[in-house]
Order: sequence, then C-alpha cells, then structure tokens
Amino acid sequence: MAVFDGGFAALPFDGLRSAALDRAGSLGCRHADLRVERIRTQAVMLRDARLEGAEDDLLLGMGVRVVADGAVGFAATVEIGPDAAARLVEQAVEAAATTARAGGEAVELADEPDHGTVEWTAPYEVDPTEVPLAEKVARLSAWSADLLGARGVDHVTASLLCVAEEKYLATLAGTVARQRRVRIQPSLEALAGDEASSSFETMRTLAPPTARGYEYLDGDGWDFNSELAALPELLAEKLRAPSVEPGVYDLVIDPTNLWLTLHESVGHATELDRALGYEAAYAGTSFATPDQLGRLRYGSALMNVSGDRTARYGLASIGYDDEGVAAQRFDLVADGILVGYQLDRRIAAARGYARSNGCAFADSPLNIPMQRMANVSLRPAPAPGPTTAELVGGVDRGIYIVGDKSWSIDQQRYNFQFTGQRFFRIEHGRLAGQLRDVAYQSTTTEFWGSLAALGGESTYLVGGAFNCGKGQPGQVAPVSHGAPSTLFEQVRVLNTRAESGR
Amino acid sequence: MTAREESGLPPAHRVVEAALGASRQAACVVIVDEVSDANVRFANNTTTTNGVRRDRHVTVVSFADKPSGMSAGVASASGPVDLADLVAAAESDAAGSEPAGDASPLEAVGDDRSFTEPPESTDLGVFAGILGDLRPAFHAAAAEARVLAGFAIHEVRTTYLGSSAGGRRRHVQPTGAFELVARSADGQASSWAGVGTPDFADVSLAEMDEKLRRRLGWAQRRVDLPAGRYEVILPPDAVADLVLELDFAASGREAEDGGTVYSAPGGRTRLGERLTARPFAMWSDPAAPGLECAPFVVAPASGPDQSVFDNGLPIGEARWIDDGELRRLRYHRAGARRSGAPFAAAADNLQLALPGAQGGLDDLVAHTERGLLLTCLWYIREVDRATLLLTGLTRDGVYLVEHGEVTAAVNNFRFNESPLDALGRTIEAGRTERALSREWHEWANRTAMPGLRVAEFNMSSVSPAS
Repeated sequence: MAVFDGGFAALPFDGLRSAALDRAGSLGCRHADLRVERIRTQAVMLRDARLEGAEDDLLLGMGVRVVADGAVGFAATVEIGPDAAARLVEQAVEAAATTARAGGEAVELADEPDHGTVEWTAPYEVDPTEVPLAEKVARLSAWSADLLGARGVDHVTASLLCVAEEKYLATLAGTVARQRRVRIQPSLEALAGDEASSSFETMRTLAPPTARGYEYLDGDGWDFNSELAALPELLAEKLRAPSVEPGVYDLVIDPTNLWLTLHESVGHATELDRALGYEAAYAGTSFATPDQLGRLRYGSALMNVSGDRTARYGLASIGYDDEGVAAQRFDLVADGILVGYQLDRRIAAARGYARSNGCAFADSPLNIPMQRMANVSLRPAPAPGPTTAELVGGVDRGIYIVGDKSWSIDQQRYNFQFTGQRFFRIEHGRLAGQLRDVAYQSTTTEFWGSLAALGGESTYLVGGAFNCGKGQPGQVAPVSHGAPSTLFEQVRVLNTRAESGR
Repeated sequence: MTAREESGLPPAHRVVEAALGASRQAACVVIVDEVSDANVRFANNTTTTNGVRRDRHVTVVSFADKPSGMSAGVASASGPVDLADLVAAAESDAAGSEPAGDASPLEAVGDDRSFTEPPESTDLGVFAGILGDLRPAFHAAAAEARVLAGFAIHEVRTTYLGSSAGGRRRHVQPTGAFELVARSADGQASSWAGVGTPDFADVSLAEMDEKLRRRLGWAQRRVDLPAGRYEVILPPDAVADLVLELDFAASGREAEDGGTVYSAPGGRTRLGERLTARPFAMWSDPAAPGLECAPFVVAPASGPDQSVFDNGLPIGEARWIDDGELRRLRYHRAGARRSGAPFAAAADNLQLALPGAQGGLDDLVAHTERGLLLTCLWYIREVDRATLLLTGLTRDGVYLVEHGEVTAAVNNFRFNESPLDALGRTIEAGRTERALSREWHEWANRTAMPGLRVAEFNMSSVSPAS
C-alpha cells in the first residue's frame, strides 16, 4: 500500500476483523478487541529562523487485547494481514495464560452496549500532516525572523508538532468504530542575555496545543501575530525584572498556567486505577482514595471540575474509546467535593460501576489500552463573572502568573511545585511590572481550598499537552484542560535562585 | 535472544538495499530498526497487563545538492511500507529545503559482516525466572501484609544502517529492566528496587524482595523531619537520576547560545573549566563492559548536536568530565567545525566515578554521623536552566542514619538541587556499579554510578506522600 496517501481506508478491515475475532471466539476468549491504527507524526525544529531538524513518521500497526482464562493478554505487530491478525490473538491468549499462571485476580470488564458500526471525525479543516514541510518551515522561519529582528532578542527556537490519527476498532461484542482526528502544537521561544550581569531569560509563546487542523496557524483559535509582536518587550522587561522576595502571596493564575496544575493535581489524582494502586510502581497512587468518594473536601465550594471526552477541539476528545465505550462527560469535583473518577472497563467492574466512562486509550496500536485522562476542566464563574483585571483588582499584594514551564508533583499527588513564563507583581489591585525566579509550592487540597474567586467565561481558555506520561511501557497521551483565570489566596512562593543556594 | 522466525515483511538488509537503490538524489542513508519486546506488569499482588510486540521501523534520509550546500530530508515508517513512496517523501523534503546548517560530507561508514543476518528477538520466556517466583512472592507478601507491584521489560533492537557513500552497519541492542515496589498494607511504608539487565540472567526477584523486606523493617520506627538542608546518602540509582541530567544538558550549541549550566559569557562555553573540586569523571563508551551499545551514530533526525549527515560514523569513548573539569560537549561535525571543538557523539550509556573510591552503600552509611539515606528520586524537572536547578521528590524509602546505622524511616521531601552543586558538596563516594535511574531508565537504561554522600542537600518542603 502507499505510505503517505489516504490508503488507510482501503485496508481489508472485514478480513482482519473476522480473522482476529473468529480465532478469539474459537480460543474461548471472554473479550477481544482488534485495533488497526495509522498515526502520522511530524516534528519541525528551527533554530534562529533556520531549519535544524525535521521528522515525518508513519506508524501503521495492529494490536489485539483479549481477556482469556480470567487474565488480560496483549500482542501487537506492524504486519498487516489476516494471518498476522490471527497470530496476534494466539500470542495474546498465550500471554494471558502465562501471566495467569504467575497469579492474579480474575479480570472482569464492565458491560458496554454493542454500538454497531459507527464513524467519528474530529472537527478540523486542514490535516496538518498533509501540509508540505517547506510551507511549515517558511511560516516558522518568518515568525522567528520577526522575533530575532526585535531589539534584545539573541536567539529563537521554534517547533511545530503535527499528528493525524486514523483508528479502526472491532470488538468481539460487535462494535466496529472508525475514527479520525488531528492535533497541532506550535511553539516559539526567545532567549535574551544581559552581558553585564551574565544573566539569561527565555520566554515562550502561550499558544496551546489543540485538536484543530493547520487553520490554527492562520489565526483560527489563536492570535499568533499579536502574541509574537508583544513577546520581545515582555522578555526585555523580564530580563530587567527584580528577583521575587520569597513568601506567601495571593496568586491570580492565568489559564495558560493553571491548566497544568489542574492536570497534575486533579486530573491524575482522579484516575481510579491510580487510586486503587495499579500504578504504584510507576506513575503513583492518589491521596483521593475511593473510600472518600462523596466526602473528600478537594477544594473550596467554588470548585467544579468535570472530565469530558466530547469537548470541541479537546486533545482527548473522541467518539469511542479503545474499549468501544462511547465518549462521555462526567463530574469529578462538585462544589469542592470529590464525586467521581475516570474509569476504564476493568477498574469500573472492580469497583462495581455499571459502566465505564470511556477513558481507556493506548497511544499506539503497539500498546495496550489503559485508563488515560479525559479533558479535565475547571468551570468558570456563572455569567458574566469577573474579568482577569477584576480579579487582580481585588488583590492587595500578589502575583499574576502566566504560562507554564517547570512542573513536578509527588506520586500521591499531594506536594507540587510549578513555575511559569511570566510573573507580574500585583500591588494594591494593579499590575506593577514583572518578577523573576518565581515558583509556587503547595499541597493539592490546601491549594484548591484557597480558591477564592473564579474568572468568568471571558477568561476561560483551554490549554493542554501532547505528552502526558503514564504506564509501563510508557505511553504518552494528548489532553486538554480548560480553566478561567482564578484567584488563590496565601500560597507559598519560592525564589528559585535562593533555592539553588545562590 | 533467538533469530526471528520468518515473517511477512522482507528481510531488513534487503529493505536497506532496496531503498538505497531507489534513491535519485545526491546521497541517501537508510536505517531499519527491528524491535522485538515483551513486558509484564503487576500490582496489588496480582499480574495486571502484559504485551509482546514487534515493530519494524524504516528511516530514509535523503541528501540533495544545492548551489550553496547540501540539504536533507527525512521520512520514516513502521508497517507495510512502500519504499518508493518513502524515498520519494524524503527526497521531496530534501529538494524543498534550504541547505542544511549541519551539512558535512558523507563518509563511508565501514562494514559489519553480520549485516545480512536476520534480526534477533525476545518473548515472555525471558521472564521465566521472575514469573516462576511471582506466585510464591504474592502469597508471602499477602501473608505478611505487604503489597507488591512492579514491571519487567525486555527489548531487543536490531539496527541496520546503510549509506550510499559506502558502508553497512548492524547492531543488536538488548535492553532490559526490572522494578519491584513493596508497600505495607496500610500504605505507610514502601520501598523500591530496580535493575538494568541485557538478558535477565542476573535478575533475582527473591533477592530484591528480601532487600525490600529489610527496608520495610526499617520503617518499624518512623520519625517526622522538617524541610531543611540535610546530609544525604544517594544510592547509585538515585545518583543516576541526577547525573543523567548533566548529560542531557551537555549540548555544545545550546551552551554557546547561552543560558545553560555549561554556558560562559560572550557565546562561549565552560569547556576546560573545573566544575567540581573533587576529580570526578563522567564518560560514555560503547565498549564499556556490561553496558555495551551501538559503536556508531544512528541519527534519524538532526538536532542541536546530532546530525543526519553523521549517520554511521564511529562513536568512541567520550570523557565529558575528567579530573573534575569539563572536557567535552556534544557537537555534530558541522557544529564542531563552527566552534573549533572536537566532534563528540554520545554513546547510549553513561558512567560517573571518583577515582579510587572503593566502598559500597553500607560503607557510606557506616561513615555517616547523622543523615538521610534515600532510595530513589521521582518527578525530576528542570527549574532553572542556567544553574541546572532541578526539583523532584524522594520516593519509596527515606531513612534516618545515626551513628553509622539506619535507625528509622522518615517522611518524603521535595528537593530543589543542582546535580553539579551536589557533586561539589560530595563528602564521600562509593565504587561505581551498575545503576538504574528510576526516572529516566526508559530513555537511558545503561548507567553505572557510585553512591554519594552529599552535604547540605536542599529538602525544600515535606511531601505527605507515602
């Protein structure tokens, strides 16, 4: 078959499905899923407006998961054909038997109706992987040159990641789903140095990754021209800015920063497989254990967080997950109380849920589906709600934090530390110039408990990442997080220079 | 490892020849990675997921002559590949690109006689010893109110590389890791052990389980300590967590652009500067016993210090830090010419040593009047590039050492510390031994590190995680 045309649709799916699922039936599998996926991934990197490196990769493969002998088995290959599909089922059944002998509890999957033959396509216009490399380089090079031409900017790095996924899923229960989605992540970072003080600062664009097509770079969803025009002066101001005095501050956190804190401290903490200990050796567990469901005070009463696999342009949005469960929207935290978890069919059954909420995914046909994050988002204040300026206006001494940078959280999702791209001092309700070397550190329930005011819909923005890591072997997943600008009172702020003993 | 049985895909060496044959541009490099792996996971005293996988990844790098230099284009694919399409995609990108900043003359890259041999492979059978020990280990753990979790993975990657400038290389890279975590049933105590291995012949679940049982025993007494600067004993695995960051940051080009820990003012680097008072050495070497890895460059894409033009060139020992002094930064050939520095490509392993250091972890503990013995580090992220300030957490076992003995388990901490500063505050080092970075082993499996006793390690806050 051709590599880079739309040849996926021409694959002999019916033959692959019957070869795999007939064999699964004859081997006595309780459940079996065949996934065939084509994933095209492109990366373009520029340094100082010049192409530094580019990748254009295509993965076409098949994976089979079975539940047999009360155990899970998985096998995958990049060969495509009925014989290879039947062989995968045999390998997966053998893998299930091998691990069943090593000991374990019997696996059940929560029921999911047969959805029949369904299709789902994300709402994008131009598949970004179909745009020629030269056009991408020209676009990034022009933006880089604009930044390099500005006074004080010494170096510029630029990157663009583009992904297109086509997925075919067939379950023994009867669902056949064909799905297609894309995503795009542009990023530019400027570096400025001050020879006299031997100090450096960088500043990165805030444009979030999104499940839009190439039209995103033309301004559909983000104003790149305005952001790039403002960046050099913001960077110059940051280079001259005073170092923060460590202490306790009220923080107005922009959604370009808060999405990541939400991701780490709420998104991961409400994954039920973690809360039950299934990630204890790697990604970790969760303080938000199931015995506290409906009782745990996660944050202030203003806090409402939902998981949503249906959000428009959400990086984790889809029609059906990799276990054939229809995409859903569900509550995780309501009025500050833990009320839900993200589920896959196995852990849903283990905890007595009637149905999974559709959070099982693999990052490739060569990896086993596992519970992965929905688009987890914080609800803004009821309309009209405050603007960011109005939130700042209520703060006497604080910091307005914009953009994400460094992040780290403990394995039980208590203690975290985040930095950012831009930190503006707030004095008597007004922004009073930038600060440097800021990090904020807190524990999850204390931090969300200090949530004192939410911005309105006008401040709401969806951030996200391509590279959320979980599982062994490691898998990466794209996910979006919406949030308004939000006020947190009395949060500990560190000076990162002081932390390094300087 | 066994030779792989016949499959539906054509032999890898023929794919290399066919793609080179299809090339219509000035030059071409083809890389085929045949990957076979098997893995098993367990948690809550039960096996959970597993997998056996086969991947075959073809990368075509095409080079086009332009009036002012050569340009490059890359296309790659796993699966049933139409080679003509793949070559055409790479050639189209090469033709449509400006001359590359990393262009260097392509050189003949030598011949491996094994080039036409089939790839090697692995399967779940490699875990026979571990899987056989798991069931009794689960039973014993359940009986003693312990909960086991862990992961075993074995990958065998056979890389074939051919260049139109001449040369055919082949390398077989086995990579394995086993990790075990034991927790008390009440969740209050836990510990971790991990090992990197090429073949699992040297891995004993029973021995690792016994080590963790002893460590959980140390938690019979528990002491809460506040944030602050402590003397710490970092086992080789935790040293690997930190020192790998020194390696990741060692890009010559990025240092020249400024703002990295290896940058000097005026677009210069710290090459030749003493970084640590003690004569530490940090090096990579494809021939290092037990840590063997590919002795030639495999570059499927260009980056700040890696170039597709250098594919297939030999990699030798590189002493990044020697006698405490920064001796090498990574440069591709074009970068090396530009900067007047030597071409330096990194082998896929890393070692750190303090010459003359002989003791083991027990000796470091025995020499400690009061300090914290760590097990491993977690969620390590760069906070300040210019100082390489890292943040992260202790995980699965922090122990109080008093008068040369472990006396209690301690709460976890968040640290903010630069590995360079930590080396600078080293009081004592142990002998260099095989180590597994819990944080980075998926990307950097082959490391050998000493245990270190470090003064005034910055524990920035307490983590309630257990």
